[in-house]
Amino acid sequence: MNTIFAKSVPGRCSAVIDSDAPDAARMLPPNLLRARPPRLPECSELDVVRHFTNLSRQNFSVDANFYPLGSCTMKYNPKFLEYVAALPGFTRLHPLLARLGDSHAQGALRCLYETERLLCEITGMEAFSLQPMAGANGEFAGVSLIAAYHREVGRDRRILLIPDSAHGTNPASAALAGFEIANIESRDGMVDPRALAAAIAAHQGNVAGMMMTCPNTLGLMETHLPEIVKQLHDIDALLYYDGANMNAILGKMRVGDAGFDVVHLNLHKTFATPHGGGGPGSGPVGVNAHLLPFLPVPRVEKRDGLYLLNDDFPHSIGHIGPFYGSFGVAVKALAYILRLGGEGLARVAEYAALNANYLKKRLEDVLDIPFERICAHEFVASAPEGLHALDIAKALLDRGFHAPTIYFPLIVRECLMAEPTETESKETLDAYVEALREIIAQGRDDPHALGEAPLTLPARRFDETAAARHIRITEDME
Amino acid sequence: MPYIPHTHRELQEMLTVVGVRGLDDLFADIAPSLRPKHFNLPRGRSEADVCAFFEDMAGKNGTDTISFLGAGFYAHDIPKAVDALSGRSEFYTAYTPYQAECSQGTLQAIFEFQTAISRLFEMDCANASVYDGGSAIFEAAMMAVRATRKHALVVDEGVNPVWRGMLRTYLAGLDIDVRIVPHANGTSNLTALTAAVDDSTAAVIVQNPNFFGAVADYTDVFANARARKALGVISVYPVMQAVLKTPGEMGADIAVAEGQSLGQPLNFGGPYLGLMACRKEHIRQLPGRIVGRADDRDGKTGYVLTLQAREQHIRRSKATSNICSNQALCALRALIYLSLLGPRGLTRLAEHNMALTRYAVERLTALGDVEPLNDVPYGSEVALRLPMPAEKFISALAKKGCVPGYPAGRHYAAMGNVLLLSCTEVNNRAQIDLLAEAAGGLL
Repeated sequence: MNTIFAKSVPGRCSAVIDSDAPDAARMLPPNLLRARPPRLPECSELDVVRHFTNLSRQNFSVDANFYPLGSCTMKYNPKFLEYVAALPGFTRLHPLLARLGDSHAQGALRCLYETERLLCEITGMEAFSLQPMAGANGEFAGVSLIAAYHREVGRDRRILLIPDSAHGTNPASAALAGFEIANIESRDGMVDPRALAAAIAAHQGNVAGMMMTCPNTLGLMETHLPEIVKQLHDIDALLYYDGANMNAILGKMRVGDAGFDVVHLNLHKTFATPHGGGGPGSGPVGVNAHLLPFLPVPRVEKRDGLYLLNDDFPHSIGHIGPFYGSFGVAVKALAYILRLGGEGLARVAEYAALNANYLKKRLEDVLDIPFERICAHEFVASAPEGLHALDIAKALLDRGFHAPTIYFPLIVRECLMAEPTETESKETLDAYVEALREIIAQGRDDPHALGEAPLTLPARRFDETAAARHIRITEDME
Repeated sequence: MPYIPHTHRELQEMLTVVGVRGLDDLFADIAPSLRPKHFNLPRGRSEADVCAFFEDMAGKNGTDTISFLGAGFYAHDIPKAVDALSGRSEFYTAYTPYQAECSQGTLQAIFEFQTAISRLFEMDCANASVYDGGSAIFEAAMMAVRATRKHALVVDEGVNPVWRGMLRTYLAGLDIDVRIVPHANGTSNLTALTAAVDDSTAAVIVQNPNFFGAVADYTDVFANARARKALGVISVYPVMQAVLKTPGEMGADIAVAEGQSLGQPLNFGGPYLGLMACRKEHIRQLPGRIVGRADDRDGKTGYVLTLQAREQHIRRSKATSNICSNQALCALRALIYLSLLGPRGLTRLAEHNMALTRYAVERLTALGDVEPLNDVPYGSEVALRLPMPAEKFISALAKKGCVPGYPAGRHYAAMGNVLLLSCTEVNNRAQIDLLAEAAGGLL
């Protein structure tokens, strides 16, 4: 499809303000002005509407397709969440208005306060900050809190332990906060307490903490969790919970009770706010009592029935975001929590696990399933010998299903990681199984044909290597 | 059960296939000692009930006041087509476009966004956006550190204090030195910005217009930085960029911005988006998502996520950044906004807002004791010196339903009487007349 720039017609315009303002040249000296106007599209409103409507039709989306993308939690996003977040009393609110007097933003501050309190009860943590703007940003905040904790007690601990099954953002966020990474190898899909003990011994006195995803990225609960917690706390190292898979344990386990010291959540996963094609998300960070002094400022408090912002935390790590986080996303998560209530949230975990286990069971004679035990909300499978996960993924697209996550986690061969979520029906899962069955049969018959998929979409497979070599990332780089 | 489709019969069938008796058997791996001590959450409520709660909360914010509050974040009229198009669920319920063949809509939109931002700034290339204007400044600083292998930053005090605060937090664990160059009565001290750069400097970071609304030309600052093998980084206000000398024309290496003004509501602070553009030679240091043009098997042009070798899911702890997403829906909104306004719409908007601000200055200075902080050129925001503490002035007027701006003294010494006032198209002359009248009663 032509770009919006290719559709531009010189002189055509749409939203131009009716103004008697003079030209900029009459208000500013010439050396401060640009030589020519920006080369933006010149289009009518209908040109723009038609262009973006047609673009949207080239996307798969949760509203149109089953989207079992493992670890991403592509569940249904209830429509009323969009309504509440778009209320003008929220959208028109300037963030600094709350700084000019307590009375100005009471409704918005209350929403933030209630969200934080509910997240505390859901996770068993002492306090939350909604400031981090996405999951990886929450990770950075969390590991910064760990760094601040050790710094405060006068210790220079440089090592963060990270299991080999972790999301790649864990080591990247830890490195950004100044840590060195020590990898912990898995054994039977679990963090191995002996490997952990060995790592602690190897880096004696230098281990600041460990980052864990639980259930892990294989979709398995860590069965040695109490022992892991003990080993770390014995050396006053802190345990970080990566909340990417929090939806699997809602109402079944609270990470605070289990001994985790710091946690980030992905509101766009567990709490059903839409992913927006890659963002915006929201990555609140929660802590237990001994990390509380280090949380980002400002904190939202309630005093004498009034909601207010408090910056007076001298040990705080400071500002992770410009204001109070992705407020528009937090409002949706709060609405979702209020709608479902405690019982509804626990049901999310139950039906997410049911759908994942049902799908896994039904795929046992279709794909190679490396871990046959009960899984949590997602599971990993390998492409049958001789077939590639990539080809299977592309063939699924031809059948109207989004592909599962492929080639992750890195420790599983030809990995297909599927997370069906609780909002999908049995017949959708059954249809997905049948599609996979057909694809595998076709692949065994004629592996070459499978390599041709997809054939029915707006585009076929791309030469990504050539694209990275001959870089064209704007219309003007040809 | 809201959003869970299973009938009782389906539940039983599925449990049988899985081979367990009840749903709780699926959680047998969670030891009893790890079960929640309590889970005291409220009961679920109807959709209508929840909506009513939020309608009530939305009514308890001071959004019905006249406001001249800006300080880097601006109220603008947003064409309804932006909401209608970005509200298409084919866009907002999709995920990161890993599977390019079924994500061409999102991918092409990001490619067009990258083009629009590059052209607005007159830089070679741009990424798909980062979280906000502050994280964009931090990421730009890190690009410079990697590109130059040097570890000191020179930062103009005129850079928004909110973003300088974030920079401090993000640099806490890294061995990077920050030198703040003090402003000179609300303007950049260009001589000091030149003198502060030495052989250890990775980047010099400035903002145009600066926090006080002052507009400057940083060409010489960047030329000096280049001579010292440091990078020039500039943060801009994208609406004013329609008329102001561009980062490209000034010879900047990296241009960033808070993109909120381009079609995003103020939303009490987020979600926003950070814009990042750079010269071609720094492209492999650019963090975050980047979309590139590619050819498919049939030779047809399309779009893919590109340069992924920089990213965390491949490079892990050696990645250029930990960012693994972009503000895709915000970027889409910015692109639609820019497409609707076009060059003429954006230019006229900047001019309209500058003219309104000049009218406000005229009306307020006519009161006698109010004067501009300095005599340098300004855009659509301006610093005014009042004959009384700005805090007092603001709270008195706010009680009358008019928020006249932001007190600069919150962040700067000896600025207690300085008011930062911004006008946009949501204001008008009648509002300014009201402001002047109310101010006259106070001063």
